[in-house]
Amino acid sequence: MNEVTPVEATAVSAVDPSCARAPVGMLCELTHRCPLQCPYCSNPTDLERVATELTTAEWQDVMRQAGELGILQVHLSGGEPTVRKDLEDILDAAVKAGLYTNLITAGVTLGRERMMKLAEIGLDHVQLSIQDVDSDNADRISAYKGGLAKKIEVSQWAKEAGMALTINAPIHRQNILNVPRMIEFAIECGAGRIEIAHVQYYAWALLNRSTLMPTRESFMTAAKQVEQAREKYKGIIVIDMVVPDYYAKFPKPCMGGWAKQILNVTPSGRVLPCHAAESITHLQFDNVKDRRLADIWLNGDAFNKYRGTEWMQEPCRSCPRKEVDFGGCRCQAFALTGNATNTDPACSLSPLHEEWAKVAEVESHSTPPEFVYRRVGAAKVTVGGT
Amino acid sequence: MSLGQYAKRERTLITGACRPSLPRFVKMRHDAGRGRWILLAPERVFNPDDIAVAVLQKCDGERSVADIAGILADEYKAPLDLILNDIIDMLQDLADKGVLNAGELSQQ
Ligand code: SF4
Ligand code: SF4
Repeated sequence: MNEVTPVEATAVSAVDPSCARAPVGMLCELTHRCPLQCPYCSNPTDLERVATELTTAEWQDVMRQAGELGILQVHLSGGEPTVRKDLEDILDAAVKAGLYTNLITAGVTLGRERMMKLAEIGLDHVQLSIQDVDSDNADRISAYKGGLAKKIEVSQWAKEAGMALTINAPIHRQNILNVPRMIEFAIECGAGRIEIAHVQYYAWALLNRSTLMPTRESFMTAAKQVEQAREKYKGIIVIDMVVPDYYAKFPKPCMGGWAKQILNVTPSGRVLPCHAAESITHLQFDNVKDRRLADIWLNGDAFNKYRGTEWMQEPCRSCPRKEVDFGGCRCQAFALTGNATNTDPACSLSPLHEEWAKVAEVESHSTPPEFVYRRVGAAKVTVGGT
Repeated sequence: MSLGQYAKRERTLITGACRPSLPRFVKMRHDAGRGRWILLAPERVFNPDDIAVAVLQKCDGERSVADIAGILADEYKAPLDLILNDIIDMLQDLADKGVLNAGELSQQ
């Protein structure tokens, strides 16, 4: 699964989240199974097994509860959500619950007939990930042969069925030179949107950081290319960019603020404020099998822990940006400082920032090691080895 | 598979003659819980104001932008030119964001 951009405040005027107690979006990891093995996958390194996955009826109930809670958009994700043979039934429940539906897929498992079926049930938006526009490099990154050709087909079926199409392109050292070509590719596919999603360094991407981290210079070049493309292709394609926070001055407003806009349901039904939240080892997560979604959202410990700004320490506590970026990412703060209430080291005001930013500088200029591919068990072998 | 079909995409400029409509994948609905109209689109939720709602409800692919401006000018007793310009700006913005079909140019 790639990063999902939180529903954000761009637009005519976007929904003011403070008026809305309900989350705007729900990310459902229907499964962690996936035929690809992208080394930056944002699934946890400890992948959930098929035997623990929620049943069809349980997922359908999650969709109904989401509708009642006032959630607006659901992202059907994974792993690869289409490996679930009951995707149609889950989607159907989501559509009937009045949710705006988005399928986040790598595409390689889809056929034309199934795409048409999904459209008929009411799928609104297909978000198709690519690994690169250079087919051989894409194969190498995903450890999967011939993916790109398949993705091109999928993009055309999505268009044929009248669904919205986004190309999601995770960007890193191994493909950053192709950013302009990726944008052109998305246009040729007929996509309405492309996400130039610089990899965020959690989970698998953290394991592979030194292989994936681009240099500051190549990042700046790519950012400029995106700026130029936005001018050139205005009204033709929307280009969204997720910035790598190693090269930013202030952190991103992670998830639009903890427990403010988005919730995430794992394959086994655990409800998280963000897909990486399980890395904060002292948090306890509720499961949809034990508790109603609304109750978890409003009263669950993990949600209330870092909701709002009360939990903050200095320098965030007295910072004018605290309602803008909410102190950055709790998971990153925890991973790097041992305390999730600290300022995210991605912030230039964090005492750890300089040391942290240097990591990117050093790693991006060193010889990249081999990928640790995303597969069950792979992380354990390698952690500690490096 | 060749991708020639979309290679020459161009920006659509909204004029009074366009007959706009919302694409299949953009949904305008009243959100009871939040007490407002919303426009649901890929990775976006828009919050149209009253005028925008009135305009978008009339974007059925049949009426032209000029027709819609006419109706609203009557309804709000406002000068047609002004209304037309405002509507074009608003619709252009939505078209640029990929959430509006501009519609074929009217023959008149
Ligand atoms: S391995 Fe790749 S395609 Fe599969 S879920 Fe992870 S990022 Fe997505
Ligand atoms: S100090 Fe905290 S609130 Fe201020 S910019 Fe940095 S992370 Fe954001």
